Amino acid sequence: MNEILNDETKKVLIEPLVDNNPITLQVLGICSALAVTSQMSTSLIMALALTMVTACSSAAISAIRNHIPGSIRIIVQMTIIASLVIVVDQILKAFAYEISKQLSVFVGLIITNCIVMGRAEGYAMKNPPLASFMDGIGNGLGYSLILITVSFIRESLGSGKLLGIEVFKLTKDGGWYDPNGLMLLPPSAFFIIGLIIWGVRQWKPKQAETADFKIMSIAHGEGGHH
Amino acid sequence: MEAYISLFIKAVFIENLALSFFLGMCTFIAVSKKISTAMGLGIAVMMVQIITVPANNFIYHALLKEDALSWMGIKGVDLSFLALLSCIGVIAALVQILEMILDKFFPALYHALGIFLPLITVNCAILAGSLFMIERDYNLPESVVYGVGSGFGWALAITVMAGVREKLKYSDIPAGLQGLGITFITAGLMSLGFMAFSGIQL
Repeated sequence: MNEILNDETKKVLIEPLVDNNPITLQVLGICSALAVTSQMSTSLIMALALTMVTACSSAAISAIRNHIPGSIRIIVQMTIIASLVIVVDQILKAFAYEISKQLSVFVGLIITNCIVMGRAEGYAMKNPPLASFMDGIGNGLGYSLILITVSFIRESLGSGKLLGIEVFKLTKDGGWYDPNGLMLLPPSAFFIIGLIIWGVRQWKPKQAETADFKIMSIAHGEGGHH
Repeated sequence: MEAYISLFIKAVFIENLALSFFLGMCTFIAVSKKISTAMGLGIAVMMVQIITVPANNFIYHALLKEDALSWMGIKGVDLSFLALLSCIGVIAALVQILEMILDKFFPALYHALGIFLPLITVNCAILAGSLFMIERDYNLPESVVYGVGSGFGWALAITVMAGVREKLKYSDIPAGLQGLGITFITAGLMSLGFMAFSGIQL
C-alpha cells in the first residue's frame, strides 16, 4: 500500500512538469502565465501563490468530496478557492505590497485560473486529500516552470536584468546590450509560449496535434504518410 | 459624453482584455476554431459583462467599500477584502439567472449559446472586468460603458481569431507547431496589431 502511494505521489508530482504540463498540453491557466511574466520577481510570486492555492484547495475539496452535493459542487469549489485566494491576497498586501501592486488584478484572477478549477474537478473530487495535495503541488510546479522560463527570457532580453539585478550592461549606461523593447510588450509572451510549445512537442512527438486537413501533394504521392 | 466614448474606445482597442491583458485566454484558444461558435461565445461574454460589471459596481459601492455601510448607521467598516468573493458569487449567480431567463424566454438563443454560458463563470475576462472596475474606481455610468466596451473588445478579438484559424487549416504547418503552437503565434501577431492602437490619445 505504502509503495503504491509513493509511486502515485511521484507520478502526480513529476508528470505535470513536462509530460502533462498544464500550460503546454492541457491549455489551462494561460492568462496569468502571459500577463505577469515581464519580470521574474512577479512571476516567482505568482507561481508560488498559484501552487499554494492549487495544493490547498485540492486538499480541502478532496477532504469534503463525499459531502458535496453534485449539483452545487462548482459553487462550493469556487467558495473554497476564493477564500484561499483572499488569504494569499491579504498576505501579499501585508508583506510584499510593491509586488502586489504590480500583480494588480492577477492575484484575484487565480480564482478563475483554470488550473485550480481543473485539478479540483478532475482530480481532487475522486482522490484522497494527500494525493490531491501532491497533485496540486505537481501542477503548480508545471505552471511555475513555464512561467519562470518565459519571464527569464523576457526580463533578460527586454531589460537586461534578472530579478532586478543587471546581467547585461545596457548601451544607454555605456554597455554593449541594446534591449529589445518588444520583449516587455504583450505580443512577445505569445511568441515565447508558442515557441516553447513547439520545442516541447518536437522533443515529445506524441504530444503533437494532428492537422484537421492535410495538404495533398500532387507530385508522385510524396508526403502521403499519416 | 466624450469621456464615455473615449472610455469605450480604450476598452475595445487600446486595453483589449484578450490581446493586451491576456484574459479569457483558455476559452479564447479552445473555442476559436469556427467563426460561428466563436461569435456565439463572444456575444455571451458581452452579455454577461454588460450585466455583471455594473452589478458588481453597485454592490461594491453600496456594501463593501470603506464606510459604505454608513447608510445603515455603521461607520468605519471596510469590507473591501471581500470584493473577490462577492464578485465571483455575483458572477456565478447572474450567469445562472441569465441561463434560466434565456431558457424560458429566448430558447433559440439559449440553444445557440448552450454550453458556453456555464463556462463563462470561470472565464477570467469576466472577473477581470469587475476587478479592473474596482481598481480604477469607476462610477456606475462608467462601469456600464466599460462593461459594454470590454465585452465587445473580447468578442471582436475571438471572432477575428476564429477567422484567421479557419484559413490557417489550409496551410502547411510543421508538426510540432500544429494546433496550439501556431495559435499562440497568431495571437501574438494579432496582439502586435492591437499594439498599434496604444499610442492613441483621446
